[in-house]
Amino acid sequence: MQPLTIAGKTFNSRLFTGTGKFSSSEMMEKALLASESELVTVALKRVDAHSGMDDMLSKLKHPHINLLPNTSGVRTAKEAVFAAQLAREALQTNWVKLEIHPDPKYLLPDPEETLKATAELAKMDFTVLPYVHADPVLCKKLEEAGAAAVMPLGSPIGSNMGLETRHFIEIIVGQSNVPVVVDAGIGKPSHAAEAMEMGVDAVLVNTAIAVAGDPVTIAKAFKNAVNAGRMAYEAGMAGISQQAVASSPLTSFLDD
Amino acid sequence: MSFTDILNRYDWEDVTASIYAKTKDDVKRALNKRKRDTEDFKALVSPAAAPFLEQMAAMSKSITQKRFGKTVQMYIPLYLSNKCDNHCIYCGFNKGNKFPRTVLNEDQILKEARVIKSYGFEHVLLVTGEAPRECGLDYFKRAFELLRPYFSLISIEVQPMETDQYRQLMDMGLHSVYIYQETYNRERYGIYHPKGKKSDFKYRLETPDRLGKAGVFKTGIGFLIGLENWRTEAFFTALHLSYLEKTYWQTKYSISFPRLRPHAGSYQPSHPISDRELLQLITAYRIMDEEVELSLSVRESKKFRDNAFQLGITSISAGSKTDPGGYSNPSSSLKQFEEHDERSPLEFASVVRSKGYEPVWKDWDPCLQ
Repeated sequence: MQPLTIAGKTFNSRLFTGTGKFSSSEMMEKALLASESELVTVALKRVDAHSGMDDMLSKLKHPHINLLPNTSGVRTAKEAVFAAQLAREALQTNWVKLEIHPDPKYLLPDPEETLKATAELAKMDFTVLPYVHADPVLCKKLEEAGAAAVMPLGSPIGSNMGLETRHFIEIIVGQSNVPVVVDAGIGKPSHAAEAMEMGVDAVLVNTAIAVAGDPVTIAKAFKNAVNAGRMAYEAGMAGISQQAVASSPLTSFLDD
Repeated sequence: MSFTDILNRYDWEDVTASIYAKTKDDVKRALNKRKRDTEDFKALVSPAAAPFLEQMAAMSKSITQKRFGKTVQMYIPLYLSNKCDNHCIYCGFNKGNKFPRTVLNEDQILKEARVIKSYGFEHVLLVTGEAPRECGLDYFKRAFELLRPYFSLISIEVQPMETDQYRQLMDMGLHSVYIYQETYNRERYGIYHPKGKKSDFKYRLETPDRLGKAGVFKTGIGFLIGLENWRTEAFFTALHLSYLEKTYWQTKYSISFPRLRPHAGSYQPSHPISDRELLQLITAYRIMDEEVELSLSVRESKKFRDNAFQLGITSISAGSKTDPGGYSNPSSSLKQFEEHDERSPLEFASVVRSKGYEPVWKDWDPCLQ
């Protein structure tokens, strides 16, 4: 399987994970280790990055785990830029998952503010991974603004509904010069496999692992599903034929 | 346009009758839908829904986990003052209650803050009665200055204020505001609030509108359980929530469940509600609105709290003292109500963990505002 490279950094795992919603930080650590994920997003608002005593951060100190701070909670580009700078200072990384949702009910991303903040943060040498609607035009604009990858949503965050936006994600994958990571809505391993088969570069899964009956086992299942989907994509899958083609009634005249 | 215009379209008795007219089939239909409206909500709080409580609890649990995870947010009230100009007949702070009153000074506020902080809290709720001469905007501003270095998130449950005053407090670090209508029954509101500023039904009712205009991050609403028919109150609260979510869509919302508890003056609620009914109410809100936060205080018993936080509740207080100064100097002053669950925050947090949930102490950072 080909490794994934984002902004010069290589990942052997194409499963990105989140840290929210777990029943305990111990459970989170076990599940994330089982997932073999190498990029883990952390909400700046949840951690106490200054004291050096934060329970969640201490559980993420493994050599293969890279932190991806997210700006969850901000409503504007201005607030996002400020939060990203604090995250860089506190967590010692210039990677940021840009989440700007002015709507606290469905947590849907604001495209205008996200584009604005991406341009600004990219100029400040951040590695920006913006969370956006599955909007192909917006994704091209984000790429031009300096996004290191784009993270279109599969369905509303936390909904576990799968790839409701699959037709748009296909277009984004076909057009993008930066990696495409499907974020939000992936509820089961088959959704993750489906995304990978489509040629998506990675998926981010949080709720479906954290809230599962057995987060450790489901984390492994997601790992396997992501690998299976990616292998299938790289192998080149056989096309689907709509009907059996036994003879060639329309073109047989050419052979006559 | 404010919520008053919407409320005026409804008649209390008609709504009550329509709730009692709901049938088992209405309840089944509401439960089987993907998205529910306030008419479905009527069925869920109706007597016809009582036999469905187990199913409602299971749905509420799984919907809540999907959105909020296996976590519960921890907060604690800090009572700054028990001085009050109002005469709410059900409340321990009622001006007519002849007790010595306290307004915490700067030194006392800091003492309380240090004790609360030592328990591990990052979210604090400042509470006062309504006495704007002693506890007005300037007093709150000073309190915010003192407390901001200690806490990640500061919310208030104080007298209603003007839009611009809320804006000024947001600049000082205000995150959320809790303001309960007590009763949505306009005709009977005056019986409970005979004198003082709080007797103005409309001003109180429109406070969440002013909060929405000010852009606070979160508004908490609710009714005082025990005053009037809870089913009718619940419908109007749901109607209020639905209006607010559509109108001030950038604000997050929370519903609380203040149930009348014994206190000085000992008012007896005329519409008491059973634990079973309270759980029906909690799960009905959750099934109607998957995103709204639901908050429970120490007014409730250990048994109820230990179970209910898994069935829809998303934020819960623990170790609360409802008398100003009560953390650093126990039993010093008049309480608003008797705490029903007197376990310490750490004891309660260990119960939360033992049930497979993570107590979340910090879910906001001052850098985000």
